[in-house]
Amino acid sequence: MTATAAQARAPTFFDEVVQATPGGPIHLELCLQCGTCGGSCPSGPDMDHTPRALFAMISAGMREKVLSSNTPWYCVSCYYCMVRCPQEIHITDLMYTLKRMAIKEGFYRKSSAAGAPGFSQTFIDYVENYGRSFELGLATRYHLSHHPLDTVKMATFGLGMFRRGRVDLAPKRIKRVDELKAILAKAKEIGGEE
Amino acid sequence: MKYGYYPGCSLERNARAYHQSAMAVTKPLGIEFKVVDDWNCCGATEYIAINRLAAYALVARNLALATKQADNGHQLVAPCSACFLNLSKAEYYLSNSPDLAADVNLALEAGGLHYTPGHLRVRHLLDIIVNDVGHDAIAEKITNPLKGLRVAAYYGCLIVRPAYQGVFDDPEYPITLDKLMKTLGAEVVDFPLKANCCGGHMTQISEPVAFDMIHRIIKNAADYQADIIVTVCPMCQLNLDAYQDAMNKFFKTDYHVPILYFTQLIGLAFGMAAKDLGIGKEFVDARPALAKIGIEVPEEEAPKKKKPSKEALPMPSMPEEG
Amino acid sequence: MSEERVGVYICHCGTNIAGTVNVEEVSHWAGEQPHVVIARDYKFMCSSLGQELIEQDIKEHGLTRVVVAACSPHMHEKTFRGATERGGLNPFLFEMANIREHDSWATNDKEMATQKAKALVMGAVERVVHHQPLEPLPVDINPNSLVVGGGIAGISAALELANAGYHVYLVEREPSIGGHMAQLDKTFPTLDCSACILTPKMVEVGQHPNITLLSYSEVENVAGYIGNFTVTIRKRARYVNESLCTGCGICEEKCPRKVIDEVFEAGLSFRKAIYRPFPQAVPKFPVLDVANCTYFERGKCKACQIFCPTEAIDFEQQDQLIQVQVGNIILATGFDLFDARRVPQYGFGRLANVFTSLEFERMVNASGPTGGKIVLRDGTTQPESIAIVHCVGSRDKNYNEYCSKVCCMYSLKFAHLVHERVPNAEVYNFYIDMRTPGKGYEEFYHRLLHEGTHFIRGRVAEVTDSARMPGEEGKLIVQAEDTLIGKQRRIPVDMVILSTGLEARHDSKEISLLFGMGCDFDGFFVERHPKLDPVATMTEGVFIAGACQGPKDIPDSVCQGAAASARVSSLISRGTILMEPVRAHIEAESCSGCRICNNMCPYNAIVFHEDTKVSEVITALCQGCGTCVAACPSAAITGAHFTNIQVLSEIEGILWDVRERVAVPV
Repeated sequence: MTATAAQARAPTFFDEVVQATPGGPIHLELCLQCGTCGGSCPSGPDMDHTPRALFAMISAGMREKVLSSNTPWYCVSCYYCMVRCPQEIHITDLMYTLKRMAIKEGFYRKSSAAGAPGFSQTFIDYVENYGRSFELGLATRYHLSHHPLDTVKMATFGLGMFRRGRVDLAPKRIKRVDELKAILAKAKEIGGEE
Repeated sequence: MKYGYYPGCSLERNARAYHQSAMAVTKPLGIEFKVVDDWNCCGATEYIAINRLAAYALVARNLALATKQADNGHQLVAPCSACFLNLSKAEYYLSNSPDLAADVNLALEAGGLHYTPGHLRVRHLLDIIVNDVGHDAIAEKITNPLKGLRVAAYYGCLIVRPAYQGVFDDPEYPITLDKLMKTLGAEVVDFPLKANCCGGHMTQISEPVAFDMIHRIIKNAADYQADIIVTVCPMCQLNLDAYQDAMNKFFKTDYHVPILYFTQLIGLAFGMAAKDLGIGKEFVDARPALAKIGIEVPEEEAPKKKKPSKEALPMPSMPEEG
Repeated sequence: MSEERVGVYICHCGTNIAGTVNVEEVSHWAGEQPHVVIARDYKFMCSSLGQELIEQDIKEHGLTRVVVAACSPHMHEKTFRGATERGGLNPFLFEMANIREHDSWATNDKEMATQKAKALVMGAVERVVHHQPLEPLPVDINPNSLVVGGGIAGISAALELANAGYHVYLVEREPSIGGHMAQLDKTFPTLDCSACILTPKMVEVGQHPNITLLSYSEVENVAGYIGNFTVTIRKRARYVNESLCTGCGICEEKCPRKVIDEVFEAGLSFRKAIYRPFPQAVPKFPVLDVANCTYFERGKCKACQIFCPTEAIDFEQQDQLIQVQVGNIILATGFDLFDARRVPQYGFGRLANVFTSLEFERMVNASGPTGGKIVLRDGTTQPESIAIVHCVGSRDKNYNEYCSKVCCMYSLKFAHLVHERVPNAEVYNFYIDMRTPGKGYEEFYHRLLHEGTHFIRGRVAEVTDSARMPGEEGKLIVQAEDTLIGKQRRIPVDMVILSTGLEARHDSKEISLLFGMGCDFDGFFVERHPKLDPVATMTEGVFIAGACQGPKDIPDSVCQGAAASARVSSLISRGTILMEPVRAHIEAESCSGCRICNNMCPYNAIVFHEDTKVSEVITALCQGCGTCVAACPSAAITGAHFTNIQVLSEIEGILWDVRERVAVPV
């Protein structure tokens, strides 16, 4: 039957999440709530909601609760869930989408992993400006701004790294940083991100 | 054999030992690497948490740069599992999603670059050494077999999961590294958590979770009497090695399991000097374990396999064992 | 061109057609076309009144051809051919135009739909004037039947036919009939002892005067067509003379070679090189496994022959090729179990105390390797806690997407057996859904709840021996999310049973090709219609029954076996059936003997006569596909009811409104 759609349905939270995830089809609508993902997740016990529970909440349109959950921030990208899911749902990719949405809409601040985006943001600041990651800068900036009291402990660790010649004191830089910056700026423009 | 080569940020300093040993052993095996000119960071697991399209463009710049180089057999080799995953995932999604490819190429054009999906085959360093060079060619170069060393082959996640192009082993129970270690003469310890996750960047997000994940792996390898854990990824090496002490403090345990790169063990088997392979850069000293190489283990000490009793039910037959 | 008188009937089909196609306009327009003597539109042509319209018009208006524009011929071609025949015309002087599935159901554009309806009607009219009367082909049905597979479905089918008085050849690949049901201990939900309810039927089969049991045999070749199959069966050498063997079992006792029994004992126990698969085997004759026999390997031993009191061992015995003539074939070849080694994270094969369902069935069986005692792999320790893992290899796109139907029930059965034999054991069933649809099935589930089984709704993520927390050392840990409480749980147990799914036999593709029918993508045999005809196949005379058609439990297998025999009985009792005359015919005079058509025929229906050097179509085998018609370079083959002039005229008719611009060569 060809559909003469009366009115296009407004996208739901579910639709938004799926559409914002590249590499489709994502198959999220096929979720049987079997729990394999929640059962496989190495950090599952420490998440507010298991991945499965999160998907049920997404289906139910619980936007704020989902984006304030610490679940995506505790995802370690091990891909066990994605490989074992009987419906071949791109779970890990969905977690990345939820991270992005949580940051964009500010809900991450409500989660118990409020510091996590700061780590990623600090990381990419270096990548965007130098073309390479810079661990010393990342560790120092992140810990100073999020766990200043831990900086002493980190300093001991850092010293251990330094003594073994495993840390750069200055960031490395690629030759054509401007080329990279132009590419990334264009990508953000097309992708609607800033 | 010529390949494009993408070192990744870690190999510059943090995992310099991996770089040193990889370069040292690939040469005698006839592998020639063409480093991608002006390569940039792959974004690890961080960039994609903030930006969607930019994350793919970031990775695609490297694919585009690699395409411009000749003499790489249309293959791009990454020694770091995370870089390997990012490169192969981008390649796979770009090949299967024309919309994504179009957007990414629009972005690349702003930098005067272009990538045609399907042009490159992304592979991990372990894959090309074992599957392209082959066990026989490796065995020929061995002068100091690692006899007496009990090695736990640790894969981590991103080298075997998910099944994007470039995957070459079972996602749950891989055996490539085990077989390589056997070829090198080591006694391979078949520990069940060999493909479990090391925790990635969790050390920065939640220490209890991170240390627990590290603890599971170290404990399991130690329970199976491994002398040493061998890895294929700088992140895994860092987590299991540099944080082993903190993990011990957290769990009040006293593990001292050294973590080395598989290329370092290959180098040792090839008779190369330890310091030329970056050995000594680990937090948990590898030298006591390495001292076991070449020492005959007396019969009583070797763990005996219990003979099944008469009442025992037969075990199911398994296909070729690793 | 003769003066044919065509009657055209446009069906409204309620609003299905009339809602989109302007049926009155089409009917009116049709009445003005050449050859059309009368054109009507009517609400429901398939109704009795609609059909009577056709019958009356043929008589009153002297119609010589009939066209009905309505739904798909799959629905009502038979109906309208019948009406045409009752009106006094040959039923093949009728043509149907599909203006529903091909027209009104394919678009919402009324103008286009009406335009297309006219084209389709015109095509039908121009075609039908070239139709020739055809007579259906009578085929005699041989009253003997072949049943392939001696499991419960095959046994049911064979007994129904045999009791109806017809002769049955029952071919079974294994040394004994009984199939998987013979391996089971208790059956759900009644907890009937499987052997107790099966063996009487097995004995009946073995002793029935109307059943020729060919065990340890396989079908090698099938030739012919419905009513007239010639089947070649290889009766494999048992190396035992059946006329001398008394079934005493001394040979088995004295044989020095022990081999793991991978088939009947699911690898959990041993058998001898000369063996009977189980004590109640039918027939009672043992079989010598040549691959593991010392005599055949090295020329030594011969213990069986030495000790046999009736000198029944015959090392010189050869396979026998037996040819039988049968009218119908029922395939009841059963299923294979999903290989749990494909799911490494469940540990089967590496972790000693992980068992598959079939291994556990043998364990709990009173005549199994442990005499019915539930023990760990060491053969002595009784487990105190057992986990039963549902959906292994089923409902999973990584393996088999379908649900295997019986696993929830047998998982419950296992739970019950554990409660019964190890009263204080903790039993955990890990499931996604509880599927208990049959009679008494839900009540059986409630019984298990009553017995204190722990049900955890969560698909098991992994089974591991890596302990993490106190209480886990030395145990198997089952890790799953308890979805009903939303938390990941690790349950330490002593034993894990994997409820593995059912798969098609791993050689089902080859078997289906042998019998000229097909498999679906999962390897199960394809039924003629999934809703209305689950026992027939697209190949006339070949029927299917039991798990080879799809996973099912014992009651359904028995039902299907009986249904297949009922179908066969009806064919036999008719004695002769009429087959559709839409088939190919080779004009011998035009045939150049190039033989291009011979190998093209998917039904092996064309033979080449060496003496006359021409090919001929075996009409009864031909399914009228038209491949040979198109392939013949000499145009020597005609497809009845699809002749060149008929097809080309239809095309011309469809292009009625652009015809002046298109030159169609006739």
